[in-house]
Amino acid sequence: METLQKIAVPIGAVLIFLGLWEGLVWVNNWPNYKMASPSDLPPAFWKFRWLFLEMGWQTLWRTVLGLGLAVLFGTLLGMIMGFSRIARDGLYPLLVGFNAIPKATLVPVISLIFIGAHDFNTVLMAFLISFFPIAVSVGIGLSTLEPEYRDILRSLGASRFTIFTKIALPKTLPEFFGALKVSVTLAFIGTNLVEIVSPHGRGLGALFKSGETNGDYPLMFAVLIALAVLGIVLYYGVLVLERIFAGWAERGAT
Amino acid sequence: MTNLIDIKGVRHAYRTKAGPLPVLDGLDVAVPEGEFCAVVGPSGCGKSTLTRLIAGLMVPDAGEVWLHGERVTGPRKTVGMAFQNPVLLEWRTILDNVILPLEIVAPRMPRADREARAMTLLKMVGLDGFEGKRPSELSGGMRQRASLCRAIVHKPDVLIMDEPFGALDNFTREDLWQTMRDLRAAEPFTCVLITHDLRESVFLGDQVVVLSGRPARTQAVLNVDLPADRTLDILYEPKAQEMLHYLRDQIRVAQGRDGH
Repeated sequence: METLQKIAVPIGAVLIFLGLWEGLVWVNNWPNYKMASPSDLPPAFWKFRWLFLEMGWQTLWRTVLGLGLAVLFGTLLGMIMGFSRIARDGLYPLLVGFNAIPKATLVPVISLIFIGAHDFNTVLMAFLISFFPIAVSVGIGLSTLEPEYRDILRSLGASRFTIFTKIALPKTLPEFFGALKVSVTLAFIGTNLVEIVSPHGRGLGALFKSGETNGDYPLMFAVLIALAVLGIVLYYGVLVLERIFAGWAERGAT
Repeated sequence: MTNLIDIKGVRHAYRTKAGPLPVLDGLDVAVPEGEFCAVVGPSGCGKSTLTRLIAGLMVPDAGEVWLHGERVTGPRKTVGMAFQNPVLLEWRTILDNVILPLEIVAPRMPRADREARAMTLLKMVGLDGFEGKRPSELSGGMRQRASLCRAIVHKPDVLIMDEPFGALDNFTREDLWQTMRDLRAAEPFTCVLITHDLRESVFLGDQVVVLSGRPARTQAVLNVDLPADRTLDILYEPKAQEMLHYLRDQIRVAQGRDGH
């Protein structure tokens, strides 16, 4: 019963949403260049099915690669800021300032520095936009570690490295995954930003752009739906990883 | 008889923005091997600093800390610690939490031996059946029991406890006192207990050291000549009551209040 409810309720909600959308278009008698209706989408998906697969794959691997780099770099930066007060004081204003720059303004800058390197630029943007939350959360997690946790191992003569791997690292995992859920969405936005803006781009963003150029409005809406689906897949991917590596932080139902 | 712990004329000050803040000034503590030393004193008098000095986590500005006839200059593997916060690792089971010190102190000890050692202790404190649980599934008293097991799993010479029962309700606390007494009967270790609870100090201690207000010096040492197999009832007998009154008066002096 409970599992049925768990599956039926979200599916029902999506169906109701599609029904309302279809109804809204039908009642207003909107042409598809104003707003495509859900019934316009399956033909668009079918017509460009191979493009969707190819472009979807492009968007997916660039996002995941950019996010992977962000995890490595963000964790490293967070460790440096978590362990050293001086590093924290020095890096924080820089990071906050960098994070405040709207990333759309970086697209032309990056594409001028690395002309024509579309794959590289896309991955770079996904990385740049998504490492900040990871660095901050790991840094805060490490710097707020209660001294008693350190003392139980330090009093036994354990090295800093042992204390880090046995206590500090696992203890920051819940914060890390909290940040990763934000970062995965950001990386996805970064990827699409470059794909849409770059001339002769690839990926779902470029497909969207080509729909716009050719006046294929159902295609544009179909891309939006594909993006939403891919975003959900990425988000739940992180959720599964969190279950595996930080499932202990979840309290039982109370 | 030689003392296992010898603290002689220790002075220490913390550096703060407002200048040096002296916390210890003329501290002397001597604990013979196997004895239980309870330390009481007003709030903020430097009791926790004392635990960090014995554990070798800090070095005093002046004076000497000796352990086992050796000058303490840094952390050593022969010390166990327990705090008011049980600081169990949430991602480990109770059993794996208790094993943790063995992973540092005896990295080559076989897993089965470690588990057997941990299970012996968990049985002693009444936690058998809970070894596979996560800390979040246990009550505060049970978590503190697990924390005690972890503190002595590697058979330290000295167990240092900083108000381990401070956050528990009164009845749970009394249960833990008895657990502590039984643990010591089963495997002897020297113990330093920091506490705010005078009844606790008399029930558990072989000697009670009273610290003065900050900066703390040794104000009085009370020898608790009660039998080792004490029951809670002993606290209501005249001899223990007399000691409690004496300690109460000493605390009053330490707080700088002479009147009643």
